[in-house]
Amino acid sequence: MDGAAVLERVRARFGAGVVDAHDHRGDHTAIVARDAVLSVLAWCRDEPELAFDMLTDLTAVDYLRYPGREDGPRFDVVYHLYSIPHNHRLRIKVRVEEDDAVVPTAVGVWPIANWFEREVWDMFGVRFEGHPDLRRLLMYEEFVGHPLRKDYPIERRQPLIGPGA
Amino acid sequence: MADTARREFMLGEGAGTGGGSQNLKLNLGPSHPAMHGIIRITAELDGEVIVNADVEIGYLHRAFEKDCEVGGYNNAIPYTDRLNYVSPLINNFGYCSAVEKLLGIDVTERCKYIRVVMSEISRICDHLTCVGATAMELGAFTAFLYMIKAREFLWELVEDVTGARLTISYGRVGGVKADLPAGFAEKVRHALKQTREVLDEVHRLLTGNRIFMDRMEGIGALSRAETIAYAITGPMLRAVGVPYDVRRVQPYYVYDRLEFEIPTQKAGDNYARYLVRMAEMEQSMRIVEQALATIPGGPINVDFEGRAIDPAAYVDRGKQGKTEGLLLVPITLSPNLEGQRRAELSGLNVSDKRITLPPKENTYGSIEGLMNHFMLIMDGYGIRPPPGEAYFAVEGANGELGFYVVSDGSDRPYRVRCRPPCLPPMAALHRMIEGEMVADLVPTFGSVNMIGGELDR
Repeated sequence: MDGAAVLERVRARFGAGVVDAHDHRGDHTAIVARDAVLSVLAWCRDEPELAFDMLTDLTAVDYLRYPGREDGPRFDVVYHLYSIPHNHRLRIKVRVEEDDAVVPTAVGVWPIANWFEREVWDMFGVRFEGHPDLRRLLMYEEFVGHPLRKDYPIERRQPLIGPGA
Repeated sequence: MADTARREFMLGEGAGTGGGSQNLKLNLGPSHPAMHGIIRITAELDGEVIVNADVEIGYLHRAFEKDCEVGGYNNAIPYTDRLNYVSPLINNFGYCSAVEKLLGIDVTERCKYIRVVMSEISRICDHLTCVGATAMELGAFTAFLYMIKAREFLWELVEDVTGARLTISYGRVGGVKADLPAGFAEKVRHALKQTREVLDEVHRLLTGNRIFMDRMEGIGALSRAETIAYAITGPMLRAVGVPYDVRRVQPYYVYDRLEFEIPTQKAGDNYARYLVRMAEMEQSMRIVEQALATIPGGPINVDFEGRAIDPAAYVDRGKQGKTEGLLLVPITLSPNLEGQRRAELSGLNVSDKRITLPPKENTYGSIEGLMNHFMLIMDGYGIRPPPGEAYFAVEGANGELGFYVVSDGSDRPYRVRCRPPCLPPMAALHRMIEGEMVADLVPTFGSVNMIGGELDR
C-alpha cells in the first residue's frame, strides 16, 4: 500500500482523531489527537492491511523557536512506523503543550517504546503516562533540565555528581 | 558480628543468615574491558544464572543532536563520523541523503556508485570488527588478529579515498568531497582478494569449531516476534529469518541495479548472528566488485567533451582576456590547494550553486566563485532547505540507520535525530541474557555489536 492510501485508511478509521495529515518529500504524516494516539498505534499494528509491526523510531521536536509555531503547541512527539509484511512507512505525530507535556505510553504496544520514551523524557521533558520505569536514559539522574529543549543553552555546564553526593 | 558485616557487604542489608541462598547483585562496568568502558549492567545472579539485568547507557553522550542545531548543514558531517567509528562512511552518507531528501535533490550517478562502494567497504570493516571482537572475548585471539589484519587492508582503501582512517568526513550534502583516486579499482581487487583469504581462514578456525559453537549456539537467543517488537534490524533481525534489509526493500543509491543476496538464519542465537555477518561480508564484496565494474565514466571534462562550461568558468576566461582554450592550461593556485578540481567535482556533485561549494579555483579565481563560496560559508547563509521534515534510512552495518531532519527554512538544521541501529538491541539485551549463565553475557553483548558513539550520541 502506498503512503497516501495508508493515510486514507487511518483517516477513515479515526475521523476526528486525526487532526491533520500531510505528505512532504514522500513521507506521509498523520497528526493525531493525544487521546487517540494509543488506539491509533495499536490499530496500525493490528490491522492486517497496515500491519505496522515495527516502531522504528520515537522521538520529539521542540517547536519553541519554529517560525509560525511560537504560540504552541510546543512539542511534537514523533513515531516512525514500518511494516515488514507490506514494506510501507508512516509517521505519526502528537502535539502537546509545554505545561501539559504528557503522552500515554506505547510500551504496551511495542516494548522498544520503553527506551525511546525514556530518551524523550530525558531530552525533552515530555512525560509518558503509564510508563513502567521513566528514568533518564542518557543523562545522569542528578542532571537538571532537558538538554534538547530549545531554551536549554548549549554552553550550560552542570557539575558531574558522583554517587552519594 | 564481623561475619554479618561481611555478609551484608556481599549480599546487601538484611541478608539471610540461615541456610538457603540469596541472589547476588553483580555490577559489570562501566569500567570493565568487555563493556567498552561505557555500559553498566547490573545483573542479579542466582548462582551463575542471571535472573534479571538492568542495562544502563549514556556514558558516552556527547550531545550530537544538540550540536547539529548550532552549525550549518555541512557542519554536522564531522559529528556523524563519530557516531559509528567503525563504519563512519555510512553515517556520512545517511545524513547527507536525509538532507538531500529534504532539499528534494538527487546526487549524480557517479556519486551514487562511490557511496555504494564506500558503504560496502565500511560494512565489511564493521562486521570484521564485530566478529573478531566476539571471538576474542571467547579467547580466540588468533581470529581477532586475523580479522583486524583484514580490516587494515580495507582501511587503507578508505585512507586512499578520504585521507583519513576514521574521522573521514567524506560525504557532502549534494555529493562527496573528492573523486576516487587513480588506480583505485586495482587496489580494491587486491584488498578484497586478501580479505577473502583471511575470511576463509577464520571460517576454518571458527565455523563449526566445537569450543566456539558451545559458547555461541543457543545462547542469547531472541524469538522472531520479540526481535520485531523491539524494532531490532540488521544482522540480528536476519538471524531470526526476516530478510529485511533497507538496501533491498527500499533501495537507495544504485542498490536496485546490483546483484546480492540477503543471508538469513533461523535460530536467532549468537551463532546465527555470526553466520549472517560472515555471509554478508561476501555479499558486500560482490557489491563492491559489481559497482566498480559498472561505475559510470570519470569526471566530465567540460572542455574536451564539448559540453557547456559552467558560468564561473566563462568568467574566468573573460577575466584573463582569453576566450578560447584557457582551461587547457592548468591554473596553479596557492601551494596548499590541489590545483584544478573543477572538472573532477562537476562530475561528482550536484550542480546546484545553493548546495555545493564551488571548486577552489573558482573561489580564488573569479568574483562569482568567491561570492558563491561566501554564500554557502557565511553565518546566516549556507544551505537552506525549505521548511519541512524528512526521514531517510540506510542500511548501516548494524541495521537501519535513520536520520530525521527538520528544517525551519534557515541555514541550520532545526532538529537532527539519528535513529541508531544498536539502540534497540541494547534495549532488548536484558531479554537475551536473562536465564543465561553469567559467562554468556560477554559473547551475547559482543554479538549485539554495540557502538557507543551512536548508542549514546
